[in-house]
Amino acid sequence: MNRINKLFADSGDKRILSIYYTAGYPTLDSTLTIAETLEKSGADFLEIGFPYSDPVADGPVIQHSSEVALRNGMTLHVLFEQLSKLRDRVHIPVLLMGYVNPVLQYGIDRFCQSCKAVGVDGVIVPDLPMYEYEAQYRAIFEANGLSNIFLVTPQTSEERIRKIDGLSTSFIYLLSSSATTGKNLSVSEDTAAYFSRIQQMKLKNPVVVGFGISNRDTFLRATDYTDGAIVGSAFVRLLDEANYLEKVPAFIQQLKEVTDGH
Amino acid sequence: MSEYQVNERGYYGDFGGAYIPEMLYRNVEELRRQYLGIIQSEEFKREFDQLLTDYVGRPSPLYPATRLSERYGANIFLKREDLNHTGAHKINNTIGQILLAERLGKRRIIAETGAGQHGVATATVCALKGLQCVVYMGAVDMKRQAPNVARMKMMGAEVIAAESGSKTLKDATNEALRDWINNPVDTHYIIGSVVGPHPYPDMVARFQSVISAETRKQLLEKTDRETPDYAIACVGGGSNAAGMFYHFLDEPLVKLIAVEAAGKGVHSGESAATTVLGREGVLHGSRSILMQTDDGQVVEPYSISAGLDYPGIGPQHAWLYKTGRATYASATDDEAMQAGLLLTKLEGIIPAIESAHALAQLEKMTFKGNENVVICLSGRGDKDLDNYMNYFGF
Repeated sequence: MNRINKLFADSGDKRILSIYYTAGYPTLDSTLTIAETLEKSGADFLEIGFPYSDPVADGPVIQHSSEVALRNGMTLHVLFEQLSKLRDRVHIPVLLMGYVNPVLQYGIDRFCQSCKAVGVDGVIVPDLPMYEYEAQYRAIFEANGLSNIFLVTPQTSEERIRKIDGLSTSFIYLLSSSATTGKNLSVSEDTAAYFSRIQQMKLKNPVVVGFGISNRDTFLRATDYTDGAIVGSAFVRLLDEANYLEKVPAFIQQLKEVTDGH
Repeated sequence: MSEYQVNERGYYGDFGGAYIPEMLYRNVEELRRQYLGIIQSEEFKREFDQLLTDYVGRPSPLYPATRLSERYGANIFLKREDLNHTGAHKINNTIGQILLAERLGKRRIIAETGAGQHGVATATVCALKGLQCVVYMGAVDMKRQAPNVARMKMMGAEVIAAESGSKTLKDATNEALRDWINNPVDTHYIIGSVVGPHPYPDMVARFQSVISAETRKQLLEKTDRETPDYAIACVGGGSNAAGMFYHFLDEPLVKLIAVEAAGKGVHSGESAATTVLGREGVLHGSRSILMQTDDGQVVEPYSISAGLDYPGIGPQHAWLYKTGRATYASATDDEAMQAGLLLTKLEGIIPAIESAHALAQLEKMTFKGNENVVICLSGRGDKDLDNYMNYFGF
C-alpha cells in the first residue's frame, strides 16, 4: 500500500491536513527544510508546487511565489536533484503539483520515473484533463506507481464525478468553489450544500478540499463533510515573514487544535 | 474531411486539444457541444451575414494593387480587411462570438487584448448588443495604446490592467482565463485569435473564413480563376491567416505563406518567430508550438508590432507548419516598416504594422510573371502612426 492510501486507511476520524508550498520559494534551497519542518509540526501530507511562468489557476500569492522561484533558478531538474534526499528526511506522503508544459518538456516518462525514484507518491496537474490522461498518460503513471489526482468543482456533473472516482487511486481534490487559489472559502449555504452533496455520493476515494482554506474556521467547515483539507496560499504568505521556519509549528497547531474527531 | 481541419477530438494532427483545468471544463464543454449546431443554424447565419454586411461593411474589397504589381512582377491583390468597421479583421470573429454568447444565454463578456484591436472589436459588439464587457490588457500595453483604451471605455467596457508577469498579451490572456474560472456561470470569453482550448481555434477560424470565401468569389470575377497562386498573411496567434487560408487548404496548387515577426532578427533574442524558435508544448489550453525555455517556461517574445507579439501560434498553424502545407517565413521590424511605407507611397494605403509583415514577404519572392498573389491586409495603420512617426522621423 502506498503512503497516501495508508495515511487515509489509518486516519480513522482524524481530519487530514495537507500543506501546499512552492518549491524554490522563498529561497532556492528552502524546499526540503520546509518539508521537514512541516512534518515535525504535524502536517499529514505535502503538496510541493513546481513553478510555471503562466499559472492560470492560481491567484496572486502563488503567482508571486512561482515567479520568485523561477528567478531563484528552480526547474524540474533542480527539484528532483533536491528531492533525491527526500526520503532520508521526510516520511509523510508527498505530491508534486504543477502545470503540464514543464512536465512535457522534461518528458512524461522521465518525470514519472523521477517521481518514483525520489519517493514522490502522487501528482496534481490541473491542466492535464481526464481525457488526455486516459488516452496518453495513464499507463505511464500506473507503471511507476504514481497516483494522479483529479479536481472536482461545484460545476462538475455527477456523472463526471463518478468517472473521476473510478480513475482515481488515492483521493479526490474537491475545490471549495470555482475559483483561482487564494480566495476565502464562501460561508454561503450553497457551499455547505455542495459539500454535503459530495458527501452523500459516498465515493470510493477519500475527498480532500482545497482552495480557500486559510485558517481553523475554514478548515473545520470543510472537513465537517470531507476527509481532509489543503492549505496553500495562506501558508505561502507565511513564508514571506522573517524567521518563517520558527512560525511553522504554531501555524500548523492552530489549524489542528481540534482536528481529531469529527 | 480535410486533413488540415480539426477532428472530433479537437486535434489538428498532433496539435490542439483542450488542456484546461477542471474549473473551465463545463464552460468549454458547453461550447464544444453547442458551437457547430448554433453557428450552422439558418437563423444564426442570417443574423451573422446581415451584421457583416450592414455593420462591418462586408464584403471587403479585393483590390488589384497595380503599382505594387508592377514593382514585383506579379498580379497582387490586397484583401482589404483594413476597411472593416474598427479597422481590422478582428471584428469578423467578435460578431460571430457575441451572437453565439447571446444564444448561450451569457450576459457578461470578457476578452484579452494586446494592441487593443481585439479589445476594441469586443467592446464594439458588446455595445451593439448591450452586454457587459470586461477587457484585460497588459499594464505595459495600456500605456503604449492609450487611444484604444479610450475607445473601449467610450463603448462602456471596463478595461482591467494585467499586472502579472511581463504585463503584456500573454499575461492579459492569463488574467482573462482566471476571470472565467472565477465566473463560471454567466460569462463568455471571446478569445481573439485561433488559440485556446478546442473548440476556440476552429470556431474563430470559421468566423474568419469569410475572408477566403469572399476572396474566391472576387478572384473569379477578376481573374476567371477562384484560386490564386499564392495566399500570404501575417501570423501572431494566426487568426487573419487562418481566415485567409481556410478555403484554400485543400487546393494543393495554392501556395500558402504565413509571415511571422522576426523582431530585431530571428536569432537576436528579440523576436516572435515561433516556428523557428519554438518547440512543441502546451500554452493557453492547447498543444502547439511555443517559445519556451528547456524547462518549459514560456519566453516573452518581441516585435515592433503588438499584434504579432505572442509566444505561440494556433494549433492549426502548428500542423500546417509541421506537414509543410504552408510555408512559415518571417520579417524583421525593419523589413515590415519599409514594406508599410512602400505600400503607402505606391498605393496610398497605410497598413497596420502587422499586415506590413505580410507585405515584406514580396521582397523575398521571385515570380514567374502573371502569377496571382493575394495578401491579407488585415488592418489599417492609423493605430500605428506613432510608431511610423518615431521610426521614420516624420
